[in-house]
Amino acid sequence: MIRAGDAPTTRSAKAANDVHARLTAVTRIYGASPSGARLHALGPIDLDLKRGEFFAVVGPSGCGKSTLLDVLAGLAEPTEGEVVFEGQRVRGVPDGIGVVFQEDASFSWLTVRDNVAFGLRRAGVDAAETARRVDYAIGFMGLREFARAYPAQLSGGMRQRVCIARTLVLQPRLILLDEPFGSLDQQTRLLMGDELLRLWRETKATVMLITHALDEATMLSDRVGVMSARPGVFIDFVETGWPRERDSRIVSDPHFGAVTARLWDKLRVESLKSMGTTA
Amino acid sequence: MTREGWIRLGVVLAATAALEALCRFGAIAHTVVLAPTEMTISLWRILLSGEYNADILLTLRNVLVSSAIAVGLGFALGAIIHALPRVRGAVEPLLASYYSIPTFMFYPIFIVIFGVGSQAIIAIAVLLSIVAMITSTLTGLDRIPPVLRKTARVFRMSPPARAVLIDLPAAAPYLFTGVKLSFAYALIGVIASEFILSGAGIGYSIAYAYNNFSNQRMYGLMLLVIIVATAANTALDAIDRRLQSRLRR
Amino acid sequence: MKRFGDFLILLFALFAVWQGLYAIAGETTLTSPAATFVHLGQLMRTEQFWGHVAETGWAFAMAVAISLAGGIGLGTLLGLNRTSGVVSEPILIALYSLPKVTLYPVVLLCFGLGISAKVAFGAMHGLIPVAIFTMKAIMQIKPVYLRTARVLRLSPSQLAMTIALPAVLPEVLAGARLGFSLSLLGVLIGEMFASKRGLGFLITSAMGLGDIATIMSVAVFLSIFAVAANALLLLIDRAIPH
Repeated sequence: MIRAGDAPTTRSAKAANDVHARLTAVTRIYGASPSGARLHALGPIDLDLKRGEFFAVVGPSGCGKSTLLDVLAGLAEPTEGEVVFEGQRVRGVPDGIGVVFQEDASFSWLTVRDNVAFGLRRAGVDAAETARRVDYAIGFMGLREFARAYPAQLSGGMRQRVCIARTLVLQPRLILLDEPFGSLDQQTRLLMGDELLRLWRETKATVMLITHALDEATMLSDRVGVMSARPGVFIDFVETGWPRERDSRIVSDPHFGAVTARLWDKLRVESLKSMGTTA
Repeated sequence: MTREGWIRLGVVLAATAALEALCRFGAIAHTVVLAPTEMTISLWRILLSGEYNADILLTLRNVLVSSAIAVGLGFALGAIIHALPRVRGAVEPLLASYYSIPTFMFYPIFIVIFGVGSQAIIAIAVLLSIVAMITSTLTGLDRIPPVLRKTARVFRMSPPARAVLIDLPAAAPYLFTGVKLSFAYALIGVIASEFILSGAGIGYSIAYAYNNFSNQRMYGLMLLVIIVATAANTALDAIDRRLQSRLRR
Repeated sequence: MKRFGDFLILLFALFAVWQGLYAIAGETTLTSPAATFVHLGQLMRTEQFWGHVAETGWAFAMAVAISLAGGIGLGTLLGLNRTSGVVSEPILIALYSLPKVTLYPVVLLCFGLGISAKVAFGAMHGLIPVAIFTMKAIMQIKPVYLRTARVLRLSPSQLAMTIALPAVLPEVLAGARLGFSLSLLGVLIGEMFASKRGLGFLITSAMGLGDIATIMSVAVFLSIFAVAANALLLLIDRAIPH
């Protein structure tokens, strides 16, 4: 199994080989009590997330990608192993982590503006600062026209932008996204991908994106982790080597095809396994 | 039976046992509530003796007749309203607030018109249940996917053929919900009417027993209504659920 | 505007049907719309009438209060745990479709013949739908909302007040509207069955006297109240964003 961090990226300076989050021998087994049926959902996982990198995770359905996110974010306890974020063991959701879920998490009873401001208000941030950050996020995500609308009046893509804006205002240092563009059409996905890159460059946060779309993973990330069929473990890490200033037009770069091909090569076998057939 | 089913059974049995205990140990006066076992014995005797058979059959007959009228008439009206959008636009707000009106208060009017008897009872029961059928029909006809109607046109089907072969089966789950509701409301309407003013039927018998301090009979008959109502509604609900699950493709 | 026009036409049609039925049935079985409203006006000028209204109104108000408090409380308790929710739902629904009139004698035996029996009837009818709607609403809160709350590190009370409550409000209001109507029905039926005061009693005693005008007047009065109250509740429902 390839360990992450073996080959330092050429882009980052030596000093920035700083590990932001680390998972060591993490497994997650459901029903570990005597009576319940045991489901080995994930692991063992060894992963180092470098500070400021854009890391994508691809894998067949059911391999435990979402479980990985849950464990990293402190939403679930690992059955074995250790999760460390910014040098501290993760117990519950630590400060500085933002999550964008697959499902629409926008609150249907609040306007876009109030949705975005929600986290800040609950955290007791003062009104002036809240207004400043909310205005900025709304502008950044292109929601200015819809600030007073309710989510029900918006399309799926817009609602995800609201969720992303709501996460953005809290200035998280690590952003986790679980197939955030799953329900959107291809063209919207590509544009949202560009937005995500802008967000990443602007906030200088570390980003982990879970996706089933190989082109999305290749196009957006510095490094892609390929997971096996359940129980998911990392079977490959692929560096893309893209420049930081990039967008969806990178699909025309010849290297793009090579990376995607390598991903599919590994993934195809695993996907067949998860479907219950062999190559 | 599912795990929850067992828990449910346990809860009901525990509650009954608790009531039994409270009655037997005198915490609840004998003149107020009978112990469940006593109620059951009373019911058994009533059924064996057959003295209330005529009343039971009468109530049953009235409930079935009311349901049938409500379902038939309700479906017809629903289909007509569905076909006339302007009428529907005007009528729909009324239908929506229909059940906020205590329609049962019109029962005395029917008694004045028809006199005390089955006709008045059936009239009020139909009045109570028909709107549930109408709204279920409207929903059912609405929910027929347009693609099925287009398919009918591709097959060059005539309107009656389409209505029977496509509309009816496609809308059936919603229509059956209407049937289930109509039956439940008809049952409530018939029994409530017999209670308030009537000369025969189970409701009347319970009220009569109450007024004559015959607690034994009263509770026996009450138990009968509870058992029959729960059994019938549960059965209809189970069928309704199965039909609804067909919709979740 | 066209819709309102259609609605007025419909109202007019209803009155026309009423008038027609009166023409067929005759003076002794129905009163005409006009005569009914005149009679209602006369009734509303008597002190007696308002005494009955107060009796019914008071019982109704208390029944609604108990239905809402009890129903929301019970529904919340049962809905918080998935197992208790699944176990309770069929039991509550069976209670809902039961002809609760059958249980009236038990209530009378427990509470006697006063206003508390009426309040009990109303509460019996109104509490169950409120409980069912509340319970289902809580069970159906989108799981992603709960996960969002955890990511935002909200305290349990913050979760309850700022997310759970607004999320379940539409359903709870729908249940409340239903509970409202059914409580009124329960109180009225109780008065028709066993009371010496109140609008329900007024109807049955008028029936005994063959006073069809009073029966219809009271029915119209109650209908107007019920529709107006329901419309008000609907307005409140629409004013809340969801």
